[in-house]
Amino acid sequence: MTPALEVAVARSIGEFELDVAFTVESGLSVLFGPSGAGKSLTLALIAGLIRPDTGTIAIHGDVVTDCSRRIHVSTQQRRIGMVFQDGLLLPHRSVLDNVALAVRQVRGRRERRAVAGEWLQRVGAEELADRQPGSLSGGQRQRVALARGLAGDPALVLLDEPLSALDAAVRRELRDVIRGVIISSGVPAVLVTHDAEEAEELGDVVIAYHDGRVTGTRSIERPVRPEPPPGTPGSGERT
Amino acid sequence: MNAVVPHSWLDRLGIPPWVWNPLSISLRAAFEATIVVAVAGVALGYVLAKGRFPGRDAIETVFSLPMALPPTVVGLYLLTRMGGPGPIRNAEIHLFGHPLTFTFTGIVIAQIVESFPYCMRFSRTAISVVDPRFEQAARAMGLSPWRIALLVTLPLARRGIVAGVAMAFGRALGDFGATMIVGGSVPLATTMPIALYNAVFYGSHGQAMVLALVQLVVAFAILLGVSRLGKLQPW
Repeated sequence: MTPALEVAVARSIGEFELDVAFTVESGLSVLFGPSGAGKSLTLALIAGLIRPDTGTIAIHGDVVTDCSRRIHVSTQQRRIGMVFQDGLLLPHRSVLDNVALAVRQVRGRRERRAVAGEWLQRVGAEELADRQPGSLSGGQRQRVALARGLAGDPALVLLDEPLSALDAAVRRELRDVIRGVIISSGVPAVLVTHDAEEAEELGDVVIAYHDGRVTGTRSIERPVRPEPPPGTPGSGERT
Repeated sequence: MNAVVPHSWLDRLGIPPWVWNPLSISLRAAFEATIVVAVAGVALGYVLAKGRFPGRDAIETVFSLPMALPPTVVGLYLLTRMGGPGPIRNAEIHLFGHPLTFTFTGIVIAQIVESFPYCMRFSRTAISVVDPRFEQAARAMGLSPWRIALLVTLPLARRGIVAGVAMAFGRALGDFGATMIVGGSVPLATTMPIALYNAVFYGSHGQAMVLALVQLVVAFAILLGVSRLGKLQPW
C-alpha cells in the first residue's frame, strides 16, 4: 500500500540543519520534540511553503518535491489542509466564509458554504458561522481552523502546534475533537507538538525529533474505530 | 462641464458660476485622476511590495520623484513633453486630434502624475506589512495568487490603501503648480486653486476668501468620508 506521505529532505537555515526521513501511513502521526528541533520547518517543506536543499517528498505516491529533478509542486496543487498554531483565520471574513474559501471540491458560493457548514457542524462550531474571527475564543478559533483545514477535501492535513496557544482545559477538550474529527474523516494527518502527553493522546504514530534529526518512531495501539458512513465529508467519496 | 447641474438650479441654490465652474472642474479632474491613480498605484505598490527583481528600487524612486520635485518643475516637464515636438505630442494628436496641453484632459494627466506617488507608496507600505502567514494559509487553502491578492492581501491592507487613495485625491484636488503650467487658466481647465489665484491676482479678495472656504469644506468632507470608508468591512 502506498504511504500517505514519504519525506526524505535536508534543509539548512543559518546554523540549523534539518535532515529527516520518514513515512506516514493513514491515521494521525505526530512529530514530537523540543522547540527548535525542526518540526514546523518539516511541515512547511511538506506544504511547499519552503523548498528543501535536497531530497524528495511524495503525497500518496505523487512526487510533489524532488530537488534532483527540479520538481516543486505549488502549495495550492498539493491538496493539503493546514491548521496553524494561532488559527490564522482571515479577520475580514466571517467564520463560514473562512471555511468556504477552502472548499475546492464544489463550485458555486452556495455549494461551498453548504460544505463549510457541514464541517463547522462536525467540529461543533456551527453556531459560530456568522461570527467574525476576532470575536472567537482561542478554542473556538482552532475548531474553525480545523474545519477549514479539512473542508477542501485534502489528501493530507498538517497541524502545526494547534493546541499550544490554549489553556489546559481547552487543550484537553480539543484533543478529543481533533482526533475524533480527523480519524472519522479518514484523511491522514501530521501534527506537530512539543507536549509529550499530547503526542501520546493524539498520535497513532509518534515520530521523535531532536536537533533536526528523527531519533525514533513509535506506534501507539488504539482501539479500532468504526469507518465513517459513506457520503459524509471526508469519507473518501468525491462530491 | 456645467451641464451636470443646470444653471437654474445653481441660481436657486445661490451658487454663483465663479464658484461652481472651478469647483466642478476641480472635483471632476481630481475624481478622474484618482480613479487612474487608485488602480495603477495599488497595482504598482503590490508589485513593489511582493516582487523581488532587479531595478525595483529604481522604479520606486522614479515614480516617487513628483513628491520631491516642486509641482512647477513637474508641470514644466509635462508641458515640454506633451506640448513640444516629439512622439508624445504626435500620439496625443493621433488619439485626440489635438495636443492635450491647455485642456481638461491635460490637467487630469498633470494631477495623475502629481498624486500617483502618494497612492503607490502608501499601498506598498500597507501591503508589505500584511502578515505573510495569512497568505501562506491562503496558499494552503488552494487559492490562486490572484485570489490571494484580491481576497486576502488587499483587504488586509485596505486601511493603508484607502489612506493612500485619500492622499492622492487631496493632492490632485489641491494641485496648483503642475495644473497651472499644463492647463494654464483657460476656462475648461481652471480649477479651484487657479481660480483662487486669479481672484487674488485681480484684487477680488472677497471672491478669493469664498473660494478658499469652499475648497476647505469640500476637502474636509471628502477626506472624512474616505477615512470612514477605510474603517468599514470591505465585503
